Amino acid sequence: MKQDLVIIGGGPAGLAAAIAARESGVEQVLVLEREKELGGILNQCIHNGFGLHTFQEELTGPEYAARYIEKAQALGIPYKLSTTVVDLERQGEGVLVTAVSRQEGLVQIQAKAAVLAMGCRERPRGALNIPGTRPAGIFSAGTAQRLVNMEGYLPGKRVVILGSGDIGLIMARRMTLEGAKVLCVAELMPYSGGLKRNIVQCLNDFDIPLKLSHTVVDIQGKERVTGVTIAQVDEKSRPIPGTEEHYDCDTLLLSVGLIPENELSRQVGVEMAPATNGPKVNESLETSIPGVFACGNVLHVHDLVDYVSEEAVQAGRHAARYILEGREESGREIPLAPQGAVRYTVPCTLSPQRMEEETVVRFRVGRNIRKGLVRVLAGDRVLLTRKRPVMAPGEMEQVVLKREWFSGNEEEITVEAVEEKEGT
Amino acid sequence: MAAYDAIVVGAGVTGSAVARELSRRNGRFLVVERASDVCEGTSKANSAIVHAGFDAEPGTLKAKMNVRGNQLMDQISEELDVPFSRVGAFVVCLREEELPRLEELYQRGLKNGVPDLELLTGDEAKALEPNLTDEVCGALWARTSGIVCPFALTLGLAESAAKNGVEFSFNTAVTGLEKTSEGWLVKTNQGDFTARAVVNAAGVYSDTLHNWACEEKLSITPRKGEYCLLDKTAGGHVSRTIFQLPGKYGKGVLVSPTIHGNLLVGPTAVDDPDREDTATTAAGIADLTEKAALSVKNVPMRQVITSFMGLRAHEAGDDFVLGETAECFFDAAGIESPGLTSAPAIGEYLAELIAEKLGLSEKEQFDPLRKGVPHLAAMSAEERAEKIRENPAYGNIICRCEEVSEGEILDAIHGILGARTLDGVKRRTRAGMGRCQAGFCSPRVMDLLSRELGLDLTEIRKNGEDSQIVLEKTRG
Repeated sequence: MKQDLVIIGGGPAGLAAAIAARESGVEQVLVLEREKELGGILNQCIHNGFGLHTFQEELTGPEYAARYIEKAQALGIPYKLSTTVVDLERQGEGVLVTAVSRQEGLVQIQAKAAVLAMGCRERPRGALNIPGTRPAGIFSAGTAQRLVNMEGYLPGKRVVILGSGDIGLIMARRMTLEGAKVLCVAELMPYSGGLKRNIVQCLNDFDIPLKLSHTVVDIQGKERVTGVTIAQVDEKSRPIPGTEEHYDCDTLLLSVGLIPENELSRQVGVEMAPATNGPKVNESLETSIPGVFACGNVLHVHDLVDYVSEEAVQAGRHAARYILEGREESGREIPLAPQGAVRYTVPCTLSPQRMEEETVVRFRVGRNIRKGLVRVLAGDRVLLTRKRPVMAPGEMEQVVLKREWFSGNEEEITVEAVEEKEGT
Repeated sequence: MAAYDAIVVGAGVTGSAVARELSRRNGRFLVVERASDVCEGTSKANSAIVHAGFDAEPGTLKAKMNVRGNQLMDQISEELDVPFSRVGAFVVCLREEELPRLEELYQRGLKNGVPDLELLTGDEAKALEPNLTDEVCGALWARTSGIVCPFALTLGLAESAAKNGVEFSFNTAVTGLEKTSEGWLVKTNQGDFTARAVVNAAGVYSDTLHNWACEEKLSITPRKGEYCLLDKTAGGHVSRTIFQLPGKYGKGVLVSPTIHGNLLVGPTAVDDPDREDTATTAAGIADLTEKAALSVKNVPMRQVITSFMGLRAHEAGDDFVLGETAECFFDAAGIESPGLTSAPAIGEYLAELIAEKLGLSEKEQFDPLRKGVPHLAAMSAEERAEKIRENPAYGNIICRCEEVSEGEILDAIHGILGARTLDGVKRRTRAGMGRCQAGFCSPRVMDLLSRELGLDLTEIRKNGEDSQIVLEKTRG
């Protein structure tokens, strides 16, 4: 089978990219989705709060997904469900996608371009090396969310949550509403990685204590969890002896980070960025392999789906341009360098010659900053300064760069976040 | 008349191996297992190494069984469809003054009859394994050392036994033994069974069973071993099993590729009388991390996907206890390392003794072959396409990390000694063994177990009776 564009993943990123590519004039767009329906992880996110930026409305996850699914269907974009891509390789100028499904067996698709939109997965217990037993009753928060919201079953009644990522916070509320007792949320860092509004609405409103600088140091129970022990940690995240607190519980939920799911990206040989665990991309969201684009959580973990959609539209448009106009000469690729509290930027490079009038640069800071300043510089030349009253690791930031600012001779573009005093 | 010719207590790798060898003979045989499945004890939590046999004292049963077990492994893995590869092993020496001990080990290996041993200089070893530390000043290279899937080996032996007529009774814990005129009365939580002979393959409880039957007592102290398993991205860090010179508590911390391409680091060795405690500890993980770093540099411990603890059944006499230790009571007790390697040899040895004692004749129609669940991700595109055409369920991927399909999981559930639990499915198919550690696939595997076995989701368990995964329906 031949296609112009294959989109791997039919979640919010893949759908928005597909729609944008079609609207930019690509006839043959095919979306491959491993689940039974389009929409990705949004299908199990039945709480509201989605779409405030995109639609100025508060939608549930499935409602937000439905807007894109309907649009994709109205445009007649074909998709294959319950179809898993098992192999991705370069072939000539394009890629060869191998996928399997119950209905069609093993299919191979030659495509001129591909958009990676596989999303992310949750970090498991093993990755943290939490000591203790290995009984039933330990779930990643997203697994528990699926069991409750999609299967209709309660995974536990007395719950301790480790990690204050957004899914953990949402599940604290969800489990409480289902009649479970959430005893506490322990967070290793001295700050929460979740959105402020989730801490207020999911913990504070239900009197669930958030214990910052705490971690789980032991899990008990032979076959099912019977208890966990948490302890305070020092500035190097090491448990402090003597601070242990025991909780009798039957469940431990883990919300300890998300990892972009880049097995296929690695298979095809895409260069990765260590800070994001996602592909390195240029201003067109194109990876190190020409014609392979990436967007959404596979590129870097987002906190708001609205920004996933926005980013995916860019990826879809750029993929369309690549297919319709061929690869343009890039001229110089100027590296973007994170500075100060900035941990990473997406994209990693920018070509003034190829960029559109504006390019959005997304980034995260590595610590809390009050009265902060974001600056973008090219050498000594300050291109942009923005005040930010609060910046937090849990909230993605962005700046918009304009093509007119660049001559193409810049050595490097630095993106920095600092306290205001320091920056002036 | 006794209902069974022989009852084997324990469905670990040893019990399963004895059962399979018994099934070459005519007779009625039963395996009783306290857990819900085969391979639920020491057999599931070990180094997964097929040892060459240079380590054990010459003349001991450990040495004898190890060398014989190693020899048998090619045929066994072939017959039983068990992933096995002779990747070889290095025992590395980290201090010049200990080089004589390496030489000693080499000599011991020769005495034990281990083929293809070679002493290497530090540089020679480092040329073959670039990630060895600079401290490595010599190595013993054992080419016949291998890596095996311990789950597949145990399942293969047990399924082969079942296929040839051996009965299995799970969730069946032995509570007592009584001598009868015809043999033994085996009391269990599921009722009493009679047999002409009893085989003790009860792992860390093999002393308890032995002491019920025998005058001369045994004493097992579980020796705890903690391990870390690393992601497949780290699997190529070494290409052979890297041991350190053995010490008082065994073979020390090894770094090894696994047969499925992960990297395994461990074990620690701590004696502790608690036979049920398999909790990992912060101290243990720190200890094995530190020790691994002595022989192999830059072990990417950030890539750990899970850690676990296994209990080795260490007997005070420091050797396997094998043979008829009371009238018609046959021991396979104190089976610690190299137990996995030795299992086929122990099975062969004990079954022969039992057959002789009971006068069992050879079975004409014994079928040595067994097929495991197919592993589609390892097939070529053509083979895979063909399999999916035969059975479309092979096209529906359930576990994305290990790429396990619905068809493979159905095979695991409906096979002989089929899986009844999440862990059972995991050991037969690898679903849930990958980098997300069952986050995505566990609800899906639960759905399949529920559909195929006609169970409500609240009845699906991780392993044992009390390991329910979901507790009740939600209010909605």
